[in-house]
Amino acid sequence: MYYDTIMSGFGGQGIQTISILVATAAINKGMEVSYLPSYGVEKRGGRTDVFMVLSDEEIGSPITNHPLSVIALDTIALDTYQDQLAPGGLLIYNSSLIPGELIVRDDINVIALKCNEEAVAAGNPKLANMIALGAFMERIDFLSYDEIEEAMGEVIPERLKKHIPGNLKAILRGMELARETVQV
Amino acid sequence: MSERKLTKGNIALAEGALQAGCRYYFGYPITPQNDIPEYLSRELPKRSGVFIPAESEIASINMVMGAAASGKRAMTSSSGPGISLMQEALSYMAGSDIPCVVVNIMRSGPGLGGIAPTQGDYMQAVHGGGHGDYRNIVLAPASVQEMFDLTIRAFELADKYRNPAMVIADAMMGQIQEPCRLSPERPVVVPEKPWALTGRRGRKPQLLKSLYLGPGEQEEHNLLMKRKYDTIQQNEVMFETKDLDDAEIMIIAFGTPARIAKTAIGEARKQGIRAGLLRPITLFPFPGDEVARFSGKIKNILVVEMNTGQMLMDVKIAAHRDAAVSFLGRPGGGIPYPDEIVREIKKALKGVTAA
Amino acid sequence: MNAVFKRPDALTDRETHFCPGCTHGTAHRIIAEVIDEMGIVDDIIGIPGVGCCVFLYHYFPIDVLEAPHGRAPACATGMKRAQPDKIVFVYQGDGDLAAIGTSEVIHAANRGENISIFFINNSVYGMTGGQMAPTTLLGQQTTTTPYGREFRTEGYPIKMAEMLATLEGVAYSARVSLHSPKHVNQAKRAVRKAFEMQVNQMGFSMVEMLSTCNTNWRVSPREALKVVENEMIPYFPLGVFKERTGKDFL
Repeated sequence: MYYDTIMSGFGGQGIQTISILVATAAINKGMEVSYLPSYGVEKRGGRTDVFMVLSDEEIGSPITNHPLSVIALDTIALDTYQDQLAPGGLLIYNSSLIPGELIVRDDINVIALKCNEEAVAAGNPKLANMIALGAFMERIDFLSYDEIEEAMGEVIPERLKKHIPGNLKAILRGMELARETVQV
Repeated sequence: MSERKLTKGNIALAEGALQAGCRYYFGYPITPQNDIPEYLSRELPKRSGVFIPAESEIASINMVMGAAASGKRAMTSSSGPGISLMQEALSYMAGSDIPCVVVNIMRSGPGLGGIAPTQGDYMQAVHGGGHGDYRNIVLAPASVQEMFDLTIRAFELADKYRNPAMVIADAMMGQIQEPCRLSPERPVVVPEKPWALTGRRGRKPQLLKSLYLGPGEQEEHNLLMKRKYDTIQQNEVMFETKDLDDAEIMIIAFGTPARIAKTAIGEARKQGIRAGLLRPITLFPFPGDEVARFSGKIKNILVVEMNTGQMLMDVKIAAHRDAAVSFLGRPGGGIPYPDEIVREIKKALKGVTAA
Repeated sequence: MNAVFKRPDALTDRETHFCPGCTHGTAHRIIAEVIDEMGIVDDIIGIPGVGCCVFLYHYFPIDVLEAPHGRAPACATGMKRAQPDKIVFVYQGDGDLAAIGTSEVIHAANRGENISIFFINNSVYGMTGGQMAPTTLLGQQTTTTPYGREFRTEGYPIKMAEMLATLEGVAYSARVSLHSPKHVNQAKRAVRKAFEMQVNQMGFSMVEMLSTCNTNWRVSPREALKVVENEMIPYFPLGVFKERTGKDFL
């Protein structure tokens, strides 16, 4: 089993949280993971790009320029990584912020999610990342919802633990939305 | 929870230092290694250790020298420009047989350069740096687990040979997070250091110095050091191989490019090209005998580095005279992606066939 | 028979390499006497700078670390932090402390490192052949100021004892002279004070000693003593510039 993905958004959108959740759940299962955040000169207000490779064997390259999936939470993310996505790969994008006409690839699977509106509907505008994670979970077969739920307990710091039920609800909503999206 | 914890490379390295028994850290901030001092500034006080945010890299390494001369495991970490400032004291420590560990999370240069990952400091670490006839022991991790394990190893080797040991990793190894077992492979033993300067109570006065002015004294000292380096070369070479048994081309790379090369080798083999890898883990001692041995059989070598060709020279010196050595170098923050390496493999093989 | 005068135990029985007339030997002797009197010879570590003072280990039968030029205060910092129960002292010349190692001494002082520094100010680089030091007096001829030091191009002689006294971390900063028996006795009291500061964990102590370099000054030993008296002391006033009483820094 081998899977690589790029998750990208602006600082504060929660890319780190969802990518760490996936990485932790995978490690708990005994998988190999490499998790490479890009970093900029600025400490705050920058971008968050995470390159992640998951495998049941030793991981070679921690970087990829043909990822099997891309989660793009804003336009810059889409602009940067749409071209790189492997043919037949999966693009999950935040259609609250990214106009649909920007999607030019016709050889990929696309899930458009109104992450921001769905987050508000789920009770907290900060849940946009969890909506996207839900859709991702629906389309991968190497991690289950239960495993993400377990990882949540480890990853979310004590003071934020009260948000876990909301997070899980948003993930389930994201999964539901992905199921409603016709797979090409 | 898993026994292996998702850990950032820089943190694994810092934790490795702690578990190696290092209680003395002196440093000056520079990107991209600040996780190391920040982590140790939190953790050392909990272990009655000493953390000093020094006024410069020059002061940092000399504080290391003072603590190490006291018989303690001591370290500093920095990047490019800061490591340049430390070369004077590294030379003194090598000349005075004082062990220490210095970490270089390499950024691009020369000059202020950038903070992107590179391997531009290979020459400085392996072949030069400070003045005089000395060597650093140099270790090059290629995973978060190795950031932890090889830091412990660096302390062991430094103490064993009473010589500075460097861990050099590119910024990607510093920032990457991977599952890591944060406990030593075997129990950490700090050797007795009867040479340490602790006051002469109960014994004769001791001296750690590198000044030799008497006729022939310096030469004698240099030859003694040479014998030490020969012993290190003989006993401490570490390397990894992958798929070399049937290989028609051998990639030689250290650190991150070696990781990327593994993926490229998988791709090449899918396309029917039998590629393999030799990854030096110790850069000094360099696995020159292994390069010679394998290149006697595998005549095509592709060196991949994130610089303009630094380890390349060591490979050329060691390689069998019939071997054809090609090079893929991406300096200044450029990253050799797997497909780029596969293309180079093909080019290298074609070049040989044509010739 | 009662011995009324002898070589301190903290000095070796070895012929000096210092030039006849040089007061380095005097500085060594008073430091050794104080080490004897305080009974700390078994628990002391010395760190000399680079220059004429580098052979400290020939004369003091104690543990010695040879530091890179100017870096002794940083080495001493690492050493004292690693062994807070030991006495660590640094012995530097004016090139070492007041030029190449300015940064190290200022920051060791500012952190209040619990070490003692003895600073030999002889207004010239001795070992390398009499070049200008930061402490070279205005008008003084050296091998690199053949027309005399000129403030417009070489700046002014630097006053380290006064400068360091301004730093909060400093427990003791004094300037003494080694040109007459009376002054040598005063200097010895300052050396003792510096070591006492360290023993009592009061923080950083520094004693600047006005010293002769008759060889590079190109004068006789006797004239050199007069140079200290008549030319150095007027510019480098003697005195205690800071003395911490009680742990007022806590």
